Amino acid sequence: MNAPDPILRVAGLSASIDGQQVVEQVDFEVPATGVTAVLGRNGVGKTSTLKAVLGLISRSGVVEFDGARIDGEPTHRIVQRGIGYVPEDREVFASLTVAENLRLAERGTTPNRGMVDELFPDLIARSAQRAGSLSGGQQQMLSLARVLMNDNRLLMVDEPTKGLAPRIVTEVAAALERAAAVTPVLLVEQNLPVVRRLAHTVVVIEGGRVIHAGPAAELLDDDERTQQLLGVHSTDHGAPRGGTDHGAPKGDTDRSAPTGADESREETP
Amino acid sequence: MSTVLLLLITGLGLGALYFLVASGLSLIYGLMGVLNFAHGSFLTLGAFLGWEVARRMPDGSWLTFGVSILVGAVVGATVATLTELLLIRPLYLRHIEQVLVTVGLSLATVALFEGIWGVDPIYVVGPEWLNDTTDIAGALIPNDRFVLIAAAVIVLLGLVVFLKRTRYGLIIRAGVENRAMVTALGVDVRRAFTLVFAIGGAAAGIGGVLASHYFGYVSPLIGGSLLIFAFIVTVIGGLGSLTGAAIASVVVAVLQQFANFYLGGTGDFMVVALLAVVLLVKPTGLLGSKA
Repeated sequence: MNAPDPILRVAGLSASIDGQQVVEQVDFEVPATGVTAVLGRNGVGKTSTLKAVLGLISRSGVVEFDGARIDGEPTHRIVQRGIGYVPEDREVFASLTVAENLRLAERGTTPNRGMVDELFPDLIARSAQRAGSLSGGQQQMLSLARVLMNDNRLLMVDEPTKGLAPRIVTEVAAALERAAAVTPVLLVEQNLPVVRRLAHTVVVIEGGRVIHAGPAAELLDDDERTQQLLGVHSTDHGAPRGGTDHGAPKGDTDRSAPTGADESREETP
Repeated sequence: MSTVLLLLITGLGLGALYFLVASGLSLIYGLMGVLNFAHGSFLTLGAFLGWEVARRMPDGSWLTFGVSILVGAVVGATVATLTELLLIRPLYLRHIEQVLVTVGLSLATVALFEGIWGVDPIYVVGPEWLNDTTDIAGALIPNDRFVLIAAAVIVLLGLVVFLKRTRYGLIIRAGVENRAMVTALGVDVRRAFTLVFAIGGAAAGIGGVLASHYFGYVSPLIGGSLLIFAFIVTVIGGLGSLTGAAIASVVVAVLQQFANFYLGGTGDFMVVALLAVVLLVKPTGLLGSKA
């Protein structure tokens, strides 16, 4: 039986920011189901790869979405094809209310409110609140809710658990798992326990190039290989190691999976 | 007391003019990052064509006055829209080139206006009531000040309702904050660019007609002279902030009036000094988020 066509195919993708090459000849595919995680040490070009796919930064190469070339299209048209983008650092509109942030994200005349209402009741209760006054976790929920409002055919989610408390990480992972049940997800994530929970496929980037692609379990079950590619042990849940922060806390907030300690702590906005 | 009141209301009237120009400048910069040096040309052309229509109608009637304002708004909006579509859009995200184009357009249009209407001021005639005064607590206030203030308040309220109640208003408010993220939500923000230019041009065109009645004449340089203060107002209020522009317009114009009267004609100097203080203490301006 043939494998289904990928929903996203990237070939020879290169990108630059202010003249500096940040993505170099990247090739990978995103299957039409499940979660594909993009992994790599800090600063290797994971976020830039997502931005390049969307045309948010200057790029060259081939990007096919559902069999159609999109690399010559402007960002808004690519998104209108059915790609939902959750950026790193949430990027909610701080001066707008929660309701206005959601309304802005509505693409069709019949937004899909059902999943948003179900997954984020606390957010809906804060409709009139300015997004800038929400906690970091609430802002992340809002950023996710914005893409779940529409019937997307691919979600691109960039570090959704970054800087969040363990309890919120669990909630975000659950929401993503729910979304991934109906829509394929391309996920950039530093938290390996979350990757292990969600991802079926991984793509590892190093120096702007893909250096490994394959099943998530195969890589994460091989501690030595994980250590070699990512600089951390695949079983790491805690302290930071070396030049990457996979599965490790950063700053003053804990991004690792719940360990039972300090679960009530709230994250910083 | 009557002098203070006269200076205050005259300052408010002048501030209203500044606001009509600065509101568009501020929104255009906030959303698109374009410093539009051609904004004064929208104002000047609105004033000239408003006068051209008015002189073909009965002198001194309110209908003539109203039609000339309408013409100013339509001309300002049309020219601004064409400027955005033909000159600014092809240079999308190339801010230096965009600024240079607007500077060039500003210089070229002044020369064009001088070629068509001459370099001398052309005196305008409005309804008789505008030339009269109203006694308020002993101060004889020229009536045109009230018209200016009313026009600016109507434009401000209209803009607030538009920004708060419409989808394009929502897009513009979000775009001022983070334009790239608006496009990443699937919104074609370029339409909002055109709309913001059109709205700014309409406000400037209205300002042009009202300025010609405030000063008593229209000339090719009327837009440029107001544009300088409108830029100062925009920076002091905070680039991209409509409320900031409104507050700064009043502060700048009232300060100018009082300094001119009480400090030996140092109004312009005091405005520049205020600009320097704001830039040193709060580079983002009173209510802006972008330096």
